[in-house]
Amino acid sequence: MPVALETVGLEKRFGGLVATNDVSLKIEKGARHALIGPNGAGKTTLINLLTGVLRPTSGRILLESRDITTFKPHARVKLGIARTFQINQLFPDLTPLETIGLAVSERLGSGKDWWRIVGSRPQVTDEVVRILEDFRLADVMNERTAILPYGKQRLLEIAVAVASAPRVLLLDEPAAGVPEEERHVILDIVAALPQDVTVLLIEHDMDLVFQFARQISVLVNGAVFVEGTPEDIARDERVRQVYLGEGGHG
Amino acid sequence: MSSLPLQAEAGARFAARAAWHPLEVVFWAVALGSIYLLPGRHLILTEIAILGLFALSLDLILGYAGIVSLGHAAFFGFGAYTAGLLAKHEIITEPLLALLVSGAATALLGFVTSFLVLRGSDLTRIMVTLGVALVLREIANRYAGLTGGADGLQGVEIKPLFGLFRFDMFGHTAYCYSLGVLIVLFLLARRIVHSPFGLSLQSIKGNVLRASAVGIPVNSRLVTIYTIAAAYAGIAGALLTQTTAFASLSVFDFDRSADLLLVLIIGGTGYLYGGLIGAIIFKLMQDYLAALTPQYWPFWIGLLLVVIVLVGRERISSWTHPLRTLASRLDWRSHRTQSSVLATGGP
Repeated sequence: MPVALETVGLEKRFGGLVATNDVSLKIEKGARHALIGPNGAGKTTLINLLTGVLRPTSGRILLESRDITTFKPHARVKLGIARTFQINQLFPDLTPLETIGLAVSERLGSGKDWWRIVGSRPQVTDEVVRILEDFRLADVMNERTAILPYGKQRLLEIAVAVASAPRVLLLDEPAAGVPEEERHVILDIVAALPQDVTVLLIEHDMDLVFQFARQISVLVNGAVFVEGTPEDIARDERVRQVYLGEGGHG
Repeated sequence: MSSLPLQAEAGARFAARAAWHPLEVVFWAVALGSIYLLPGRHLILTEIAILGLFALSLDLILGYAGIVSLGHAAFFGFGAYTAGLLAKHEIITEPLLALLVSGAATALLGFVTSFLVLRGSDLTRIMVTLGVALVLREIANRYAGLTGGADGLQGVEIKPLFGLFRFDMFGHTAYCYSLGVLIVLFLLARRIVHSPFGLSLQSIKGNVLRASAVGIPVNSRLVTIYTIAAAYAGIAGALLTQTTAFASLSVFDFDRSADLLLVLIIGGTGYLYGGLIGAIIFKLMQDYLAALTPQYWPFWIGLLLVVIVLVGRERISSWTHPLRTLASRLDWRSHRTQSSVLATGGP
C-alpha cells in the first residue's frame, strides 16, 4: 500500500519538555490507524504538528511523499488533511448550514468570492445538504451552533472536517463527552467513512479503538513505544503495564 | 439519497440571508426623500452621510472580522489630505475621480499597515492602530510645507462635480453627492458581507482555529477586508475635504477614532446599518445638545455611553426593535438578539 502520511524523526520541544520525541510513523493509504497512550503522552501535540498548528523543532512531515513540514494549516487542508478537535472548535454564532456551507465553499474554491451570495451555487447547496443529512444535522441546520445539544455539536465537529473532503482525517477523541446513548451515532459515522480516506484516530475508549483500528501505535512520553495490530497490542505485556493496566483491563 | 425539499429549503435559507427586508427599503427611501423634504438641513445631513460611511468602514472590520481599531482616523485623514492635495494642486480636478483616487491611495496605506494588525490580541491591535494614526498626524504636522501643518490645508478649491454641479453653500450638491457615494458603497458592502468571503470573515471572528482548519487563509482574508475598509474610510475623509473645501489635522484626531467607536456602540455592529443609525443619532444629539449647552455637550454623550453600557445595548435596541430586525428576519441574528436579551434579564 502507498503511504498517505509519514513523519520522519519528528520532534517538538517546549523549553526543556520534549512533547514529541523522534516520532517516525508511516500511515498507509486507507488505513484505520489508532494512536493511544496515557494522558500527557503527546497525542494531541502530534496532531497539532501534523495539521500545522504547531511547528516541529526538527523532523519532517510528508503527505503522499510531499514535504509539508513548513506548510500553513489552511494550505494543508487544501492538500487534503482535515481534523477534529478534542474540544469542539465551532462557530458559535453560525448555524450548521452556514458552517458546512463555509467549508464546502472553501473546498470548491469559491471561499474568496465577494460578488456571489453564499449558497448561490447549486453545487455547494447540494453538497451541504448531503453532509447535513449524513451527519443527522438536517433537523437543526438553522439553529445557532451555540445552542445545539452537545451530541449535535460533536457531530458538527466531525461533519465540518469531512466537508473539506479530506484524504487524511485526524480524529481527536471524537466520542469524548458524548452521552452513552448517542455514542453509536458517532461510531457508525466513523465506521461509514469512505474506505479510501485515511483515518488516524486518537482515543481513550479502548472498546472504540479495538473495534475501529487495524493498526495501533502506542505513544508514551512523546515517543512511539510499540506499534502493531490490535491483537499484537492486546497481547503486549509492556503495553499492559504502561497503559492498559491503568484502566484495569485484564 | 438527499431529499429535494431539503435542498430547496437550504437554498432558500441561504438566499434569505441576503434578501432585502422592507424596512431596509424604507430606510433608503427616507434617505433619498430627505433630499427633497429637508432642503434646509443638507449641511448636517452631509455630515451624517460622511460619518455613516466612516462608521460603515469600521463595521466591516470590527463587526464582521472582529478587528478592533482605535486609530481608524488614520485612513480618514489620509483620504482627506489626499483629496485636498489633489484639488489644491489641480492634479485631478473632477471630484468623483479625485475621490476614487483618494480611496485607492488609502487602500494602499491600509494594505501596508494591515500586516501590523494581523498578529496579536485586541489590546495589541488597539495600540497599533492608535499608533499608526498618531504617526500620520505628526507627519502631516511636520511637513507643513505640503499640508499647511497646524493651519490646515488652505486654498483648496473644489471644481464642479462632473463639471456641471457646483458645490453650493447650502450643501445641496454636497449632500446628493455624499449620499450617492454612501449608497453605492453600502450596496457593495452589503454584497461583500453576504458573500462566501463575508461568511469566512464572520467565521474568523467566531473561531480562528477552526477557520484555518477548514482551509480559510485567515491572514489574507484579514488583509483584504482591512484594505477595503481603509478605502472606505479614505473615501469618507475625501468627501469631508471636498464638501468643506478644507482639511485640517483634526481629521487624524484620536477623538475622531474614539467617536467612531461610540457611533458603532450606539448603532450596533455586524448588520451594516449600525454605523448609519449610530451616525444619525450621534450627529443629531451633538447638534441639538451643542445648541443647548455649547460648552458641555460631551457631558451628555458621555452620559449616554455610560447608560448604553450599563443597561445593555440589546435592551435599548429593543425600543427600536423594528430597526434592529432589519437584518434579523429569519436568520441566526434574531436568535442572538433574543438570547442576549434573555441573558441580560429581558426588557
